[in-house]
Amino acid sequence: MNETRKVIAIEVLRYRPELDNKPFFQTYQVPFTEEMSVLQGLLYIKDELDSTLSFRWSCRMAICGSCGAMIDGVPKLGCHTFLRDYYPNKVRVEPLAHFPIERDLVVGADDFIGKLERIKPYIVPKEPRTLAEGEYLQTPAQLERILQFSSCINCMLCYAACPQYGLDPAFIGPGVLALLHRYNADSRDAARAERMELVNAEEGVWSCTAVGYCSEVCPKGVDPANAVNQNKTTSAVDYFVNLVRPKGAGR
Amino acid sequence: MSARRPYMRPMDGWWRRNPFFIRYMIREATAVLVVAYATVLLFGVIRLAQGESAYDAWLASLRSPWSLAFHIVLLANFVYHTWSWFQIMPKTMPMIVIRGKRLQPAVITAAGLLAAAVASVGLLLLTLGIGS
Amino acid sequence: MRRSNAPIFWSLFGAGGVLSALIGPMLVFITGIAVPLGLGLPRDLMSYPRMLMFAQHWAGKMFLFAVIALFLWHGMHRIFHNLHDFGVRTGTGAKLICYGLALLGTAVSAYALLALGF
Repeated sequence: MNETRKVIAIEVLRYRPELDNKPFFQTYQVPFTEEMSVLQGLLYIKDELDSTLSFRWSCRMAICGSCGAMIDGVPKLGCHTFLRDYYPNKVRVEPLAHFPIERDLVVGADDFIGKLERIKPYIVPKEPRTLAEGEYLQTPAQLERILQFSSCINCMLCYAACPQYGLDPAFIGPGVLALLHRYNADSRDAARAERMELVNAEEGVWSCTAVGYCSEVCPKGVDPANAVNQNKTTSAVDYFVNLVRPKGAGR
Repeated sequence: MSARRPYMRPMDGWWRRNPFFIRYMIREATAVLVVAYATVLLFGVIRLAQGESAYDAWLASLRSPWSLAFHIVLLANFVYHTWSWFQIMPKTMPMIVIRGKRLQPAVITAAGLLAAAVASVGLLLLTLGIGS
Repeated sequence: MRRSNAPIFWSLFGAGGVLSALIGPMLVFITGIAVPLGLGLPRDLMSYPRMLMFAQHWAGKMFLFAVIALFLWHGMHRIFHNLHDFGVRTGTGAKLICYGLALLGTAVSAYALLALGF
């Protein structure tokens, strides 16, 4: 097969905790073809040039959410971003912003996972149901209210995009709040009141300043900015209703 | 004994690294001149309460070249505020479905800008009306 | 988790934001450019007798109060949060200063408007 491959420079932020005091850039010359993604470029580096390069990946088709990275300073999925769009310039690849770097492109995701668990990301039934009652019925309109927000693949690009999360990691963050909204907006769910406690906190929607970059970078069109900011109104209404209600009357 | 030593990168200069963030900071910065104009009006009201000569002095200062130049800057600031306000407004609203179709953000923005145009003309007409 | 009192300030911010977005540009044009220059509007539109009558009328008072107060609450809320974006530590002190200034302006405008009588 006769093939003259182009070569692109991929500059990667390296960090080996046992060897390095701080991260540094290392550049690799990677031959590529028109259809190669940045992830494939990294895989070439690991297979052929430097087996010590560490990074997460799995499905290579933008559904598992593993391969997120800062590509030329923008949070993107490596499998969803193509080397041809950067050539002949070099591509700079860094780990997702606002997360602690564990090694090379691998970031610590513990904070995000912990937050996912806190919001009760499951349907809490309104009343106990038996199997004999059959499945829930939902109209297309009811599905429409949640479908977009249920598309999240937990890739954390929105957290890398969000400067408020970067400035204060106590912020629950765009992705998790979008998921929270997904459950609150689900006609089958009854746990809205409990989830509102998280929404109403400073670390909930009130840390958001509507930068909107989270929705820009989301590879699945979830629009977390919308989920968070429409809940500011919900939270504000909840606040003022709560002021008027007599104490001890429950939530 | 763990070999982990997670590294946190600093946030300094975060907004300078991306044109999206620079636009965000400009939008937020419009607040400073909104406060400035409110202060101009506040002084007008204070001077009004202090009597004719005090108020006339304030009014005269509005005619100075510095004030005119400042108000041109203020005008640009407010126009950008109006624009950016209605750009972000759709993000603050829940899904609205009209006859089976979702209301698009661009429509909401256009409606807001139209409302601003109508309100502006309305204010001008009201002013002319009161003035006559 | 503790409930935040942000809704109070955010609601004021929102009201001021809508008001300033709708009539801010035209207000600036009228008061700061058109009237001083006599551009399309009579130069004496903001004369002392006229403005006194306007400010003594309940509608005029409400208008002036709404504009001054809401513009201040809108602006100071945004400034407060923007300080945080610049890396300034926005604790209780910064909050007191920022919202305190808005409150001061609100109080002074209310006092002046009431002092003008009816």
